[in-house]
Amino acid sequence: MVKRFFLMLLTLIGMSIIIFVLLRLMPGNIVDIMFDSAGFVDPAEKAIIEKELGLDQPIAVQYGQWIWGLMQWDLGFSYVSEMPAVDELGPRIPITAKLAALALFFSVLFGVPLGVISAVKQDTWLDYGLRVISLSGLSMPSFWLALLILMFCVAQFGSIPIYLDPPENLWDELLLYSLPAAAVGFRSSALIMRLTRSSMLEVLRQDYIRTARSKGASENTVNYSHALKNAFLPVTTIIGIEAAFLIGGLIITETVFNIPGVAHFLVEAILMRDYPIVQNLVMLVALIVVTVNFLVDLTYGALDPRIKYAD
Amino acid sequence: MVDIDHNAELARAGANIDSRWSAILHFARHYPLALFGIAIVIVFVLAAIFAEFIATHDPISTHAALSLSPPTANNILGSDMMGRDMFARIVYGARISLIVAVSSTLLGGIIGVFIGLMSGYLLGWFDLLMQRVIDIMQALPLLVLALVMAASLGPSLENTILAISIPLVPRVARVVRSSTLSLREMPFVEAARAAGMSELRVAIRHVLPNTLAPLIVLATAQLGSAILVEASLSFLGLGVPEPHPSWGRMLSENAAEYARVAPWLVIFPGLAISLVVFGTNLLGDALRDILDPRQRH
Repeated sequence: MVKRFFLMLLTLIGMSIIIFVLLRLMPGNIVDIMFDSAGFVDPAEKAIIEKELGLDQPIAVQYGQWIWGLMQWDLGFSYVSEMPAVDELGPRIPITAKLAALALFFSVLFGVPLGVISAVKQDTWLDYGLRVISLSGLSMPSFWLALLILMFCVAQFGSIPIYLDPPENLWDELLLYSLPAAAVGFRSSALIMRLTRSSMLEVLRQDYIRTARSKGASENTVNYSHALKNAFLPVTTIIGIEAAFLIGGLIITETVFNIPGVAHFLVEAILMRDYPIVQNLVMLVALIVVTVNFLVDLTYGALDPRIKYAD
Repeated sequence: MVDIDHNAELARAGANIDSRWSAILHFARHYPLALFGIAIVIVFVLAAIFAEFIATHDPISTHAALSLSPPTANNILGSDMMGRDMFARIVYGARISLIVAVSSTLLGGIIGVFIGLMSGYLLGWFDLLMQRVIDIMQALPLLVLALVMAASLGPSLENTILAISIPLVPRVARVVRSSTLSLREMPFVEAARAAGMSELRVAIRHVLPNTLAPLIVLATAQLGSAILVEASLSFLGLGVPEPHPSWGRMLSENAAEYARVAPWLVIFPGLAISLVVFGTNLLGDALRDILDPRQRH
């Protein structure tokens, strides 16, 4: 476990270097973009701003400054708004986190039971139908689904709840987030359903299930109390990984629904070459992904005593 | 008690296959969905190859008079704000989409195979280093990594392909490495080595071909995800630039303003993306069943 923890740290350090270098490879920086829109370029003025932002220093020095700042919880200032990056990111993170949580809730709510039904009714029309639905869930771009939902709601109700001000109560919040969460969660629920199905089928073929059947246990007891328990293990992994990877889908969904979360903010910051925002945000995503992987491994060990980690 | 119908079981296992034709029939009967998937993929591939002959209009030329025309006999899928024929744009879009998907999967696959094979075969410091690099690459969602890559490379067709291929590398490398690890202990590999074959030749002639089955399954799945990532990047304005017609960009150009007045601008490009990815997914599922029988249900 200690070794895994250090590997995790190593991954994060490597990620910080890669993202830092990649960002500096981008054609043009914030100053170019500012001057582009202004329409003229005065090299002296450009150099002054670059110096102010520290962009004239060697890349290794810039990297050192960033990491040194990170260790003191100083994320730097956004180039665009000139506000501290912490203040820019802080209010946006809960929005994305709530969306992701709701999407994950939807996907587990539908994914797991439908996956179990699909496995228990293997090779029936119900199974085929559910499999086609889940496969189309994996085939649809989430932003297209989001657009279709938007169009449908506008056609049916004339309008949809739009994010104007931060929602005041839980009900408003739920109303506001449930459509985007459904759009992005459909894919995850399809993934969870497929995995639940195959994991369930895997377990149903095992000897102890046959033993349970031959002892006269009812079909329901076998399926739900014997098989499901073990089939659920790999599903927890995918749920954990999906939780971390939902941010990928949310980038687009937040853009379509115009929700001011961090995922949409990442795209804006990339387009504006707002280095402090992008590098800190990417590190946050990486931190979440590696932490979730670590936690999933831990729960795996706790849920299944057969799995032990050698150190 | 279950009665076993031996003839039926033999037929199911394909024991009575004696010609190529009956092999195809056997395949069709047991994998009807795969056949459907192949049909979808073939339609799109043909559309991409013969776009000039299929599209009745030029995908780029604009016609002010036809702006936002709904589907008509002339423009069967309608036309966009600039009066460009949607059917032509979708057909040519298939070309861009498939070029990006196939090349990025191939490129990512080749790099991944190389890293995975070397890792699993050489072990030692190379393997250690590569494992850490793969860990790093897998610490970001596919789209986030592709997004940053695409932005730092700048928008062009080639750069989009590169940006999508790199995030695919770790998955391929993982699969190839793990099969190489088990293969290198196999007696036939040892025999080849004992017969005096060079390490490189053993790796390429004996180990690589045996990793092909999982590789093909993975590549088919990657094809669909590459198409989706390309569409997403282009939707965000970081993918394939003008004048190439890209499905993802068609959606972003049209979506916000015209969704209400011209829903066909949103429906058809998205339908094209979903259909072709659905086809590759059906195919991928069937290939996994056939090539990797341990996972068959």
